[in-house]
Amino acid sequence: MNAPLLPGFAQPEDHAQRVFRLLLDALARPGRVQTLPFEFAAPAPLAPATGAAALALLDYETPVWLQSADSAPWLRFHAGCPLVDDPARARFALIDDAGAMPPLSAFAQGEPEYPDRSATLLIQVAGFAPHASTERGPTLRGPIWSGPGIADEVRLGVVGLPDGFWRDWQRNAGHFPLGVDLLLVAGAQVVGLPRTTTVREA
Amino acid sequence: MYVAVKGGETAILNAGTLLAQARRGDPAVSEVSVAQIAGQLRLGVARVMAEGSLYDEELAALALKQAAGDQVEAIFLLRAYRTTLPRFGYSQPLDTARMAVRRRISATFKELPGGQVLGPTYDYTQRLLDFSLLAGGEAPVVAEAAQPLPEHLPRGIDLLGEEGLIEPELPPPGDPAPADLSREPLSFPAGRATRLQNLARGDEGFLLALGYSTQRGYSHTHPFAGEIRMGEVALEVVPEELGFAIQIGEITVTECQMVNQFAGSSTTPPQFTRGYGLAFGEAERKTMAMALVDRALRCAELGEEPAAPAQQAEFVLSHSDNVEAGGFVQHLKLPHYVDFQSELELVRRMRAAIASAQPAQEQTA
Amino acid sequence: MTQLCDPAQRRHWLGVLAQASPVELEQHLARRALPALHWLRRPETGLMMVRGRAGGTGAQFNLGEVSVTRCAVQDDAGRLGVGYVRGRVGRHAELVALFDLLLQDDIQRADLLPALIEPLAARQRAARATAGAQAAATRVEFFTLARGD
Repeated sequence: MNAPLLPGFAQPEDHAQRVFRLLLDALARPGRVQTLPFEFAAPAPLAPATGAAALALLDYETPVWLQSADSAPWLRFHAGCPLVDDPARARFALIDDAGAMPPLSAFAQGEPEYPDRSATLLIQVAGFAPHASTERGPTLRGPIWSGPGIADEVRLGVVGLPDGFWRDWQRNAGHFPLGVDLLLVAGAQVVGLPRTTTVREA
Repeated sequence: MYVAVKGGETAILNAGTLLAQARRGDPAVSEVSVAQIAGQLRLGVARVMAEGSLYDEELAALALKQAAGDQVEAIFLLRAYRTTLPRFGYSQPLDTARMAVRRRISATFKELPGGQVLGPTYDYTQRLLDFSLLAGGEAPVVAEAAQPLPEHLPRGIDLLGEEGLIEPELPPPGDPAPADLSREPLSFPAGRATRLQNLARGDEGFLLALGYSTQRGYSHTHPFAGEIRMGEVALEVVPEELGFAIQIGEITVTECQMVNQFAGSSTTPPQFTRGYGLAFGEAERKTMAMALVDRALRCAELGEEPAAPAQQAEFVLSHSDNVEAGGFVQHLKLPHYVDFQSELELVRRMRAAIASAQPAQEQTA
Repeated sequence: MTQLCDPAQRRHWLGVLAQASPVELEQHLARRALPALHWLRRPETGLMMVRGRAGGTGAQFNLGEVSVTRCAVQDDAGRLGVGYVRGRVGRHAELVALFDLLLQDDIQRADLLPALIEPLAARQRAARATAGAQAAATRVEFFTLARGD
């Protein structure tokens, strides 16, 4: 007998709508940390905000690429989403180990007529460092984010991204309007990183 | 161009109340229940389900009650309601060969296996008003044969298939998922799956007129009703958490297989062609018309010149939906005050210009 | 997962339960002791797109939608009872899920199959046979009149 499945949203409609709103805000205001407004338990290795975002966004029409299959029964039951092995066929990808993730170019980039037919990646990271932390020294000063939805610019450090990630992100921007969009997740926190956002390492 | 016009709020509220009163009718007469509509006006309910594109007898009956019997309005109500519900997925394709048949006839084979089963039909009624219904009567006693029909009646049209006399109807390689008009807008050229979905929820009157036009010579398809069957089919779905198909109930459908003439070519020996109709509920006229139009719309693939209206996919599919058509025709009721003012100005100016030119013309003449 | 039972058998009882009247199921449930359980998915009503095939056997197409209600219940052993029914009656879906859960237990199943599922299946077959006999009474029996020559 399998371990019992965790439940989905306690209040399916209300919670799905609040999470959807939160994700909209995250993508409309890149670099600003959004926090899940209610307690939520997702099966390992998914963070609470990854699980909540998955239930709000995924359904039978969204093929999903899972980096680790542990949450597959839970996702299949609650979201009814098809799971695919090829990252290029996925509309969403759930990544729990950013250090071992494929390059961004491995995922669907959209088509010239339909740039929206691209993948959205939910990438779990260790945490965010919104303010330049002087006590930790210059390494955590944090890169500078700019673009639509950001007044002037904002500094936000992301802890737990692999070396070379921001160079990969620059390559992603080079294909605009094609490319992928990211939602970075740490626990109950989410930061949006759409393809229109430029990130400069300070 | 429309302009926002204020000031109608009280009038609109009062019109709504007046509508509710008109719908209810004479309060001395007992109110009709949704169960009565679903049970006793089942053909009206079937049309609302087919064209509302939602199989739910109770909701369709409720829509008919709310619309005071106006079918197109009821269809609109049902279409609007469906947008409030989440989509769980797709059913397994219905297997109409395994239908629990209540009616099955063929106009091409008198002695087909299983026989001609008339079922509940108006065909042999005399179209004389039955005044006994004014009084309300007792439930009729229905005859039962000693032997029920076989559980699954073979398709009449398969007799032709066995001899290769009709084009085969097989799924394409891989049995791909069809396009879905409820998810993607109509675009052209439209494949047969798109056309059939459009026709299945298309307006019965529109399809009937188009089907009739093909019989009167506007496209030459020489149809025979190969088989018409009506009854209950199993509704099966594959829940993601189970991974295998389960039956979640059954639905009533009507299916029409039209057999049409086809000359053949140097590579294909002469073979009959097909037109297909399928709709929710008891919908014989609708599915027959649908099958005629389906066949007419296949003209390009069968190498026929698309000369008649029923053969022109863009014309047929763009105008078959009575919710769209009703909306666009009836939007003319909305205030067009500014539009009309500008036209009025223009006509006045043109008239003035003509009037001032007139005396000059008379002088030169 | 939840497939420790024979899928063909489970498919059979889920089909029979979905076609049964909620009243019948409710009466039977009142006589049963339920294990500790929790609802993984409360009844929710939505739509399934019904598909047909061109010509009955050819390429698939979308015919129109149907209202469907579903729910799921889980016991402490991780067994998952699912209820899928056509229509919008939440309690019907709940009853199907509860019996599906019970039927996955060997002891309960040995009792429930003969006590509930088979009688329901027999009644459903009988109802179909009656409709089939009524339809059969409208079958045309052709005969040829002898000519007078």
